[in-house]
Amino acid sequence: MEKHQDAIQELQQHTGVNVNRCYQCGKCTAGCQLADEMDFSPSLLMHMLQTRDEELFQQLLHSKSIWLCVTCENCVSRCPMQINIPEIMDYLRELSAKEHKVNIESRNIVAFHRAFLDSIKFTGRLFEIGLIAGYKARTFRLTQDVELAPKMYSRGKLPLMPEMIKDKKGVANLFSRTLAK
Amino acid sequence: MKKVGFYPGCSLKGSASEYNASVLALAKAFDLELTEISDWNCCGATAAHSMNKELALSLSARILALAEKDGMKEIVVPCAACYNRLSVVQHQLNNDAALKERISDMIKMPISGNLQILNVMQMIDKFVVERLEEKVTSAFTKKVACYYGCLLVRPHDILKFDRVEDPQSMDILMKKAGAETIDWAYKTECCGAGFSVSRTDIVAKLSGNIVKDAADRGAEAIIVACPMCQSNLDMRRPQINEYLKAKINIPVLYITQAIGLAVGLSAEEVGLKKHFVPAEFA
Repeated sequence: MEKHQDAIQELQQHTGVNVNRCYQCGKCTAGCQLADEMDFSPSLLMHMLQTRDEELFQQLLHSKSIWLCVTCENCVSRCPMQINIPEIMDYLRELSAKEHKVNIESRNIVAFHRAFLDSIKFTGRLFEIGLIAGYKARTFRLTQDVELAPKMYSRGKLPLMPEMIKDKKGVANLFSRTLAK
Repeated sequence: MKKVGFYPGCSLKGSASEYNASVLALAKAFDLELTEISDWNCCGATAAHSMNKELALSLSARILALAEKDGMKEIVVPCAACYNRLSVVQHQLNNDAALKERISDMIKMPISGNLQILNVMQMIDKFVVERLEEKVTSAFTKKVACYYGCLLVRPHDILKFDRVEDPQSMDILMKKAGAETIDWAYKTECCGAGFSVSRTDIVAKLSGNIVKDAADRGAEAIIVACPMCQSNLDMRRPQINEYLKAKINIPVLYITQAIGLAVGLSAEEVGLKKHFVPAEFA
């Protein structure tokens, strides 16, 4: 119990969001376009945090919901208390990944994020072919979208070489000082 | 020729190359020179803020600091996602002195936080609109659905751009270019964003609902201002049509392409041939 009190306090400190302000009106869930795909809707997620129950907190770290949130910000823009749910989602995602608690069905989504970040780490900018190669290597979805690449290439939408920035080391340093910590 | 800073972002150098071409061509037609920020990096997009807050802040802060170093007072950011990330990060840093110091130390550059960040509608409003109507030579007389997506208008308290539920800026500009804009329900609903590859099924559904409403209300084109929205609505059309069990042919144009055509730029100059769903307006 003690440990969990700390976890909620830490969440509030890091995000600046007070979960107790939510009075369960449900507008966030009503406006969330992915609520029906989620295991816990945004308003239920808020309620679970309010209980300060360790087990429920762990369920959230293992949930699909946190990875399905696309940060469209509809929930916060409609919330009568202006509670920043996307900020909470970011916090829970970061913790979930760090503690290796990513929901098994959400691993493709996380693989995509990781491939995306790898691409930036090495070249400073997103290299789309590198992103897709990295994603496929992580997920073994080797045949997905194979018909798309030539169509993109023929339209000049898929450069074959990455654009390297000059200060690659500077950008790589940002990764080692944050993500690797 | 007026000079303004420019942050194209990664998409405009790849999958949204027609957006880049049309932004630059439109700017040029109105005597505006867009100068890229030196050695800019990716803003980190959804991936960075989903995985690590400090990394997300640092990536965007590096871009802002470089623009300041170049002596820029304002920058044009056509990608709605980059526009959102840069604006939100600048706001967060400006409202937390300790955080600003920490991130400034991380990127080894000072950040004043005074940069003016303009999305594509604000760019048009500021540099194009005054002479727009007089320069319209072949009015874009189509019935269009203006699709804003999520990140141009939200979070409103930070971006302070347009109305959050029923924005009008794109509608106003498109009317000036000769179009008729429809009233519809999906202006700011999400297209599925960065799930294009990892959850194509979700993109097919969310983007499918958007395309269907536009079609049901008689739109002849969907107008966008975001590379992610464009690629989800255009490149994912086979998956959308499969989800809808219908064949919807409405093309998806960037606002700079539609306005570019109206002021006499060629289909070639605005990259109209690069779309997956054919856009034949010229």
